[in-house]
Amino acid sequence: MIETVVQGLLLGGLYCLFALGLSLMFGVMRLTNIAQGDLIVLGGFSAIVLAPLLGLNIWATCLVLLPLAYALGYFLQRGVLNRALDKDPLPSLVVTFGLAIVVQNGLLEVFSADPRSLASGGLNTQSLHIGEQFAVGILPLMICVAAVLCTCAMQLLFNKTALGRAFRAVSDDQEVAELMGLNARKLFAIATGIAFALIALAGFFQSLRTTVSPSDGPQLLLFAFESVIIGGMGSFWGTFVGAMVLGLTQQVGFKVDPAWGVWLGHLVFLAVLVARPNGLFPKTKG
Amino acid sequence: MSDALIETRNLKAYYGDAQALFGIDFHLGEGEIVAVIGANGAGKSTFMKALTGLLKVPGESVLLNGEAIGGLPVGEIVRKGLALVPEGRRLFPSLTVEENLLMGAFARRPGPWNLRRLYTMFPTLAEKKDLPSISLSGGQQQMAAIGRALMSNPRILLCDEISLGLAPIVIKEIYDSLPSIASEGMSVVVVEQDVVVAQGVSARVYCFQEGRVSLEGASKDLTRDQISQAYFGV
Repeated sequence: MIETVVQGLLLGGLYCLFALGLSLMFGVMRLTNIAQGDLIVLGGFSAIVLAPLLGLNIWATCLVLLPLAYALGYFLQRGVLNRALDKDPLPSLVVTFGLAIVVQNGLLEVFSADPRSLASGGLNTQSLHIGEQFAVGILPLMICVAAVLCTCAMQLLFNKTALGRAFRAVSDDQEVAELMGLNARKLFAIATGIAFALIALAGFFQSLRTTVSPSDGPQLLLFAFESVIIGGMGSFWGTFVGAMVLGLTQQVGFKVDPAWGVWLGHLVFLAVLVARPNGLFPKTKG
Repeated sequence: MSDALIETRNLKAYYGDAQALFGIDFHLGEGEIVAVIGANGAGKSTFMKALTGLLKVPGESVLLNGEAIGGLPVGEIVRKGLALVPEGRRLFPSLTVEENLLMGAFARRPGPWNLRRLYTMFPTLAEKKDLPSISLSGGQQQMAAIGRALMSNPRILLCDEISLGLAPIVIKEIYDSLPSIASEGMSVVVVEQDVVVAQGVSARVYCFQEGRVSLEGASKDLTRDQISQAYFGV
């Protein structure tokens, strides 16, 4: 029983990383990134490509990957996504949907449909023994700690820094924010840059923990979506809790029957939508 | 006219194909308080949007110290010293009172206005600085909105309908603070629907009607008949 709960929470940590970028982009500019899942996969494949160039040192790979992802996000927002932002959410949905298709097919073309993973140098088989019967994987634990740290960092960034204040202001009222001298387009680009770095981190861990294949994207997007919606839009701790709820439910489902895990996750997601349409901890209205 | 801090020459503005301003000539001197009055839809708020760059207009039609600033990006105009107190206050709801004020300082213009000075002028804001801005009363929100604009240390403060929806005693309190603000050389434009309030606070009045200036003159010289003629066009 305890083992199921712990495994569920650790899985939730991974889902939290999947979802934080989505939560950030929606929170700052009401942009729903349909390409989230495929970009996670892209992050995973990028790590797999980068690692041999850096002597298979996974932490060096991560260190190189994140700034690259930030730059990609920044320039994608400046060059493409800013043009699609509008009071009407449809154009940005269509553009990121298109991006998802491009990324998925691009990966398929270059890497074929085979699942791959990032060689962790034995990290994914190490575990921490607690008592005689109970062991926790080091890697899942690291992922979960990373998720907590990232959530904390995002919350601090938003609540305590001038940049976070600017993010909230531009999210509240873009016109008045610009009257204060803020450059909304540049702020959006920074937000997307940070979101892409989080996405790359999620992809990096995903390819370490299990495998990535070009067709994984939509499934990952769904988990990210469900985490954000369960938690409530616009709150990072909400997203964290949402991811934990989803991870826990899936793990309980897997325990009952291996075919039930994902399905039970969807059920709980629907139940939350029915009971609390705005999620558990809604911050954003409308 | 040449010593005007800001002036507009034959300013025309459009919302898509619909013309909203039909050649406004306006000038404002250093330290002067000018009122813009007019009925709903006369073009007052459009005029504010054109000055601040929210609505794009030809460059030469808005001159700041003789420099063409019409149609520049909004942020650039703020940094040149124009600050708007927008109609309906429009504080940032997810920011605290103090965070709202700090947003005003984003343009980083040097000058006499800072948090300490604002809190001296509006002590209620100091007491409530850590509360969400939406928890303030209407009058307090208006003080915060004015304070936020002052934090950018503007040369010209534009106030769009700051009395809207407030109790008369609160309106008086807010307008009483304007002369001391302007005494340091800041120029102020107040947009008002209340003619008496507008005449009381300003040195000169412009009356707008259907996108044109229908009357202009020293506030104390204008008669009620002149104004109602210019205001309603009857």
